[in-house]
Amino acid sequence: MPVNIDAVGRAYGPHEPYEVTRIKIREFADAVDARSFAHRSEEAARAEGYPDVVAPTTFAVVIAQQAEFHVVVDPEVGVDFSRVVHADERFTHHRPIIAGDLISATVHIDDIKQRGGISMVTTRTELSDEDGSPVSTVTSTLAVREEA
Amino acid sequence: MSTENGPSFDGLELGEVVAERQVELSRDSLVRYAGASGDFNPIHYNEVVAESVGLPGVIAHGMLTMGTAASVVEEWAGPGNVVDLQTRFTRPIPVPAIGEATVSFTAKVGALDAEARTARIDITVENDGQKVLGKAQAVVSCA
Repeated sequence: MPVNIDAVGRAYGPHEPYEVTRIKIREFADAVDARSFAHRSEEAARAEGYPDVVAPTTFAVVIAQQAEFHVVVDPEVGVDFSRVVHADERFTHHRPIIAGDLISATVHIDDIKQRGGISMVTTRTELSDEDGSPVSTVTSTLAVREEA
Repeated sequence: MSTENGPSFDGLELGEVVAERQVELSRDSLVRYAGASGDFNPIHYNEVVAESVGLPGVIAHGMLTMGTAASVVEEWAGPGNVVDLQTRFTRPIPVPAIGEATVSFTAKVGALDAEARTARIDITVENDGQKVLGKAQAVVSCA
């Protein structure tokens, strides 16, 4: 079954907020070879002008991918996850993510383009903090191959 | 946006290399990234699954490559100063069961915005002599 182009405009969430912890930031920093001590020590982060440990640039993906999962599992959208390849990704940060943040995510299906047996599904995940202020916008396109 | 800890905008030149790094990716790196990110797609650790969907074998997460590219820029830019980052994933990086895949990162000044005091940093990422990311660009907030 091909991806349903009528799904454009659908939105999911926000669901349970994500609590950003120091240990998760450190774990992610280790995994992507982000070497600054500001990802590991509150003191080093303060010296850089942040109230607590600051997340690496792409940490927002941890939260965004959880939100995007709601699109992938929606049977009315029709994405076959075994046929998915990640095509592109973009982060626009309105402010850095800091340990202690409680982040809510809402994912929007912005576009679906179909050509040559491939559906390009573009989602935009808006991350906001406890006050409702914008934190990051994460845009992701998945290429879904239709069955031959 | 905190820019006090950012790199100085004055003196930056177009084409200037601001950061470089070579990284060896092993299966350990992929498992570590899977755990840290929550992306447990088996094509990043299971040969049989990867080959069954037409891949040459286990491949690195595109987001691991992108995240490492960000870390290379961030080492120059200072933590929290990459305000925008985008890329296309154009070529997978196969990672062998034993040994490593060598990935090189080069970050250059691609454009300068004097009014916003931001620098666009263009990142070239290569594995096995071929580019693996397309249009990999970071916008850095400068001091």
